[in-house]
Amino acid sequence: MLIKTIFSGFGGQGVLSTGQILAQAAMLQGRFVTYLPSYGAEVRGGTANCTVTISDEEIASPIASEPEFVVALNQPSFSRFQNLLHSGGFLLYNSSLVEPSFVRGDIETRGVPITELARQIGNVKVANMIMLGAFIAVSSLLSFDRMLKHLPDILGAGKAKLLKANQEAFERGYHFIEEHEHGD
Amino acid sequence: MNKKLMYGTHAIGEAAIQAGCTCYFGYPITPQNELPEYMSQRLAEVPGGVFIQAESELAAINMVLGASVAGARAMTSSSSPGISLKQEGISFLAGSELPAVIVNIMRGGPGLGNIAPAQSDYFQATRGGGHGDYRLVVFAPASVQEMADLTFHAFDVADEYRTPVMIMGDGMLGQMMEPVIIPKPRKGKKMPEKDYILTGARGRPARLVKSLILDTKDMEEHNWKLVRKFKRIEERETRWEGYMLDDADMVVIAYGTAARIAKGAINRLRREDANLRVGMIRPITVSPFPVKAIREAAQTIKDFFVFEMSTGQMVDDVRLALEGQGTIHFYGRPGGVVPSARELGRSIARRYYQAIRKRKQ
Repeated sequence: MLIKTIFSGFGGQGVLSTGQILAQAAMLQGRFVTYLPSYGAEVRGGTANCTVTISDEEIASPIASEPEFVVALNQPSFSRFQNLLHSGGFLLYNSSLVEPSFVRGDIETRGVPITELARQIGNVKVANMIMLGAFIAVSSLLSFDRMLKHLPDILGAGKAKLLKANQEAFERGYHFIEEHEHGD
Repeated sequence: MNKKLMYGTHAIGEAAIQAGCTCYFGYPITPQNELPEYMSQRLAEVPGGVFIQAESELAAINMVLGASVAGARAMTSSSSPGISLKQEGISFLAGSELPAVIVNIMRGGPGLGNIAPAQSDYFQATRGGGHGDYRLVVFAPASVQEMADLTFHAFDVADEYRTPVMIMGDGMLGQMMEPVIIPKPRKGKKMPEKDYILTGARGRPARLVKSLILDTKDMEEHNWKLVRKFKRIEERETRWEGYMLDDADMVVIAYGTAARIAKGAINRLRREDANLRVGMIRPITVSPFPVKAIREAAQTIKDFFVFEMSTGQMVDDVRLALEGQGTIHFYGRPGGVVPSARELGRSIARRYYQAIRKRKQ
């Protein structure tokens, strides 16, 4: 099994840290993993994105030319990265910001209103963690319970103050998918 | 066992610190800036640690020479265009027989090129690069773990043989994160005493470290001495990895990032088609080149598929190693393009079946 995921959005939405948290969680669950941030002149002022590859065997290339999953936190990355998806791939998007006006017919999509959900928790800064929780629910790539348990280690001492909010957001996103099994 | 998710550049930096590197000098260039960034922070925490962002690449490599002549484990890093600028200093290090570790995180070229991963500096790294009759020891890691392990090892090789050593990675290996276990210094490991370094001559005869040797007979002998040294390195330090060679009738030869893509392609091909028996030889030292491994393989295997992220540079070394035996196939992707395992696999499969048909004819 080898699954590639592109996380994308505006710089500042926590796209890169979300990818890193997933990569660390995969490592702690004993999987092979690579994390590759986008690294081009295009990044400045535009979209930020990173690729996380999780596998049961050695990973050849950390680059995703045809990812299985795309997580899009804004409109430009929704449009741009759905074209890369493998036929039958999955596009998870932030329905607080994205208007899904054009969608390929050969992929599955799912919207999560992460800004609204984050407001309900009382901290819009953890919107990315809501998306990560939702991603774990739709992908079943890693164990949710183990990941929740590892979050304090992954976030580290620097984020200790925000740990509770992050955990809550992660759970909220996961359960949002479970509660809205057939889409919203 | 303490596994951490780290950037390739940071893994090099931490391994250098663990190897006892106390001096880093460099000048910024993408895609390796995270390495000096890391060193600036870590060397501030190390007793006697020195980090200098030099005014130029030339200054940085000559600071390395100065630190090395004073006995410190010193390092610099850059990316392709910056490594070109350092060549004079590397030649002086080789001529003066001074240890140093130089990291090249290669990018697309020639000229300013771009900032994408490439393997375009193979000739420069393995054929001297700078002027004069010398050879560089060049390690080519293929994972973040190897970036750490080989950097750690490079400092020992540099000291043991009094030679500059290069770590040759690329933008992808530098920028990606992977789980890594940072090597720790082994207790009781004996290194030769540095009886040449300049530490003040009180109570002992004065020493002189230089690459200027005006007497032609002495210079000739100095050149042969460097050759003998490199022969010793070749015998003891050459490293390579063999993969699925036992039943192979075609061997892919690739290093670094290209090798990990090749491994992925081979796994994919063998899963899809049991008749496709392809193996791999991955040079871990590209200089000295694993000539023996390739010659040995050529006793039973006739087809060699060289894959490089360049227009074909290592392919020359494969040709020299084979001495006319076997057929060489080449697939190259220069300019910063990193093909997928699937793309490479298609090319390998096509050549494989062409070769089989040819043999039957």
